[in-house]
Amino acid sequence: MSVRVGEAASAPTFPVAAKELMQNEQLRRNVRNATGIIRNKRATVVGEMPDWQELRDTAHAIKDHTLRHLDRYLVEFEESCTRAGGKVHWARDADEANSIAIGIIQAQNETEVIKVKTMTTDEIGMNRALEASGITPYETDLADLIVQLGHDKPSHIVVPALHRNKMEIRELFMRTMGLAELGTRAEDIAEAARIYLREKFLRVPVAISGANFAVAETGSICVVESEGNGRMCVSLPRVLISVVGIEKVTPKFEDLEVFLQLLSRSATGERMNPYNSIWTGVAPGDGPQEFHVILLDNGRTKVLADTVSRETLDCIRCGACLNACPVYRQTGGHAYGSIYAGPIGAILTPQMQSMEHSQTLPYASSLCGACYEVCPVKINIPEILIHLRNKLVESGDTSATERMGMKAAAWAMSDAANLSTARQFGRIGQMAFTSNGMIHHLPGMMSAWTATRDMPAIPPESFRQWWAKRAREKRP
Amino acid sequence: MLISLFITCYNDTLYPRTGQAVVTVLERLGHTVEFRAAQTCCGQMHYNNGYQTDAFSLMEKFLDNFGDAGVICVPSASCVAMIREHYPVMAANSGNPGIIAQVNSLVPRVFEFSELLVDKLGVEDTGAFFPHTVTLHSSCHSLRSLRVGDKPERLLRNVQGLTYIPLEDADQCCGFGGTFAVKNVDVSTAMVADKARCILNTKAEICAALDNSCLMQIGGMLSRMNAGVQTVHIAEILAAIPAGARP
Repeated sequence: MSVRVGEAASAPTFPVAAKELMQNEQLRRNVRNATGIIRNKRATVVGEMPDWQELRDTAHAIKDHTLRHLDRYLVEFEESCTRAGGKVHWARDADEANSIAIGIIQAQNETEVIKVKTMTTDEIGMNRALEASGITPYETDLADLIVQLGHDKPSHIVVPALHRNKMEIRELFMRTMGLAELGTRAEDIAEAARIYLREKFLRVPVAISGANFAVAETGSICVVESEGNGRMCVSLPRVLISVVGIEKVTPKFEDLEVFLQLLSRSATGERMNPYNSIWTGVAPGDGPQEFHVILLDNGRTKVLADTVSRETLDCIRCGACLNACPVYRQTGGHAYGSIYAGPIGAILTPQMQSMEHSQTLPYASSLCGACYEVCPVKINIPEILIHLRNKLVESGDTSATERMGMKAAAWAMSDAANLSTARQFGRIGQMAFTSNGMIHHLPGMMSAWTATRDMPAIPPESFRQWWAKRAREKRP
Repeated sequence: MLISLFITCYNDTLYPRTGQAVVTVLERLGHTVEFRAAQTCCGQMHYNNGYQTDAFSLMEKFLDNFGDAGVICVPSASCVAMIREHYPVMAANSGNPGIIAQVNSLVPRVFEFSELLVDKLGVEDTGAFFPHTVTLHSSCHSLRSLRVGDKPERLLRNVQGLTYIPLEDADQCCGFGGTFAVKNVDVSTAMVADKARCILNTKAEICAALDNSCLMQIGGMLSRMNAGVQTVHIAEILAAIPAGARP
């Protein structure tokens, strides 16, 4: 079994990628503008919910219970789905999932598929695998289409093309759809996509979807989207394949009452999501006549095994943590080197794909806590980031400089006399760099600080020296 | 009331004036301050960077130093958050009933400076005089961990002569984040540049906060920009009185 998350294995480290991306002023404006709009909408519609905190607690409890009994609920889902006429496949990793999907499509003698809710299939690099087998995938979610036509990468969990603005998209459509003319209104650009996509919907007989929820009790799959393109994908074709991460299962149909309230308000700031498609197996004469579910592990059971960080799998992919994150808002999603960007990506990617290629991600956070505050299922992201840092420390994967620094600091803090000694060394060490009580340049690791900011010099007298002097003076 | 001061390691080392101001305010309000000289650090830096073994030792040291202290005042929201949120986690992980009991007993006795004044001592007017325009940076830990709400703002609004100007995007992190400020220097700098822009928009002379760690980041940027805006811990404003007045 080999777990891989998109192209995270070959991605540059977070600080390196962030530095480069932040040179792109247009991208930063697009990201800031879009996240700002969604943040404000979310805050408004969450603010009007008197039971929001109770909903969060309930969702967290449902997820916690489900993950503790995932073995049972997955089997229950398989039984329910099979009973309703679906066929359930189990995939340990990306390669298994892709070959199952390709096998189904080839058995139909088809060479094209339409796709919606595409993130999980991005995780396993499905489009590339399909193309290698002579199958052409068409993304039908507007944002995924923009990403696909631009040979681009998604930068946001909910709004994958958030880093593009209207005029960039217009130019892309004209170029890739061969349009000599196209209006500049959003409606004109949407109409171009509509004409392009409708033809695919009516012609291509196989669809691949992701899923927001899989209900164990009924075997139903739920897909939540805003455009109706997803609804067409899951209802028009003859054959439907849903690729579902194993953590998407939920025990009861009524659980959706909780999750659908939380998801729409957190993701897009809408009271109710425009298209909530729920289907159960196959209905003769109505919708797809052949329905497959591929249950995907791809590292999820490894995440599950860690009792501290397993709540990472609670995520319902609303993207609220991305919009709230001051780091994401500076860099955009590509810096995270994974289709899972932002705070949730910073904890999910390194856990799924061991730590070796993504060990800068747990440090891509100031631990400001904004992500935890908005998370609709109450994933304590800051605490998990610290837990992942601890795992890196325990396995000796931090730099020698850092280990030495932390060791020195531990020595200084272990005793008040040591702290005073360290302070004296600091006073001597800073002499060459200090003017008017400020330091403008430091060597070594701290040069990163003084590259952009000044630093106060250690003053002549510490608090404890002042206190001791005062006590002496007070004494009669 | 006898109040035990946990100054914090970086206030002790870099910002002694903040500690002096805390002592001034509390004594002016009629309280007695003690300083336990064996104290050092709460362990936050080690904990946040994943050095849990070192952080645990520092927690044990803190418990030794402050085990029998009555009310403990800490002029740093992030250190209080460390004690309140992470000490119980570390204690639980240790499985040591003695440590768990000590932490359970400690946590309710620890107060951030503005919490101590407003919640414990019932004081919103500290009798301060500070004839300047001031804006307030709400540190992430004070906002989201301690949930101090408008306590620091109320304390500032009661200072004579002070003009309070709210800060836009007040819930945004300044980009300090401990080692984040050097490990992710470009992102950290972009974040503090945004914060500095908001501060300059207020036209305030002073930016105050409950955390000198944030102020080191913000002040370091404002100094590099030659912005002329000073950063000051809120205690230093609350300690100020008219020149020549008797404390």
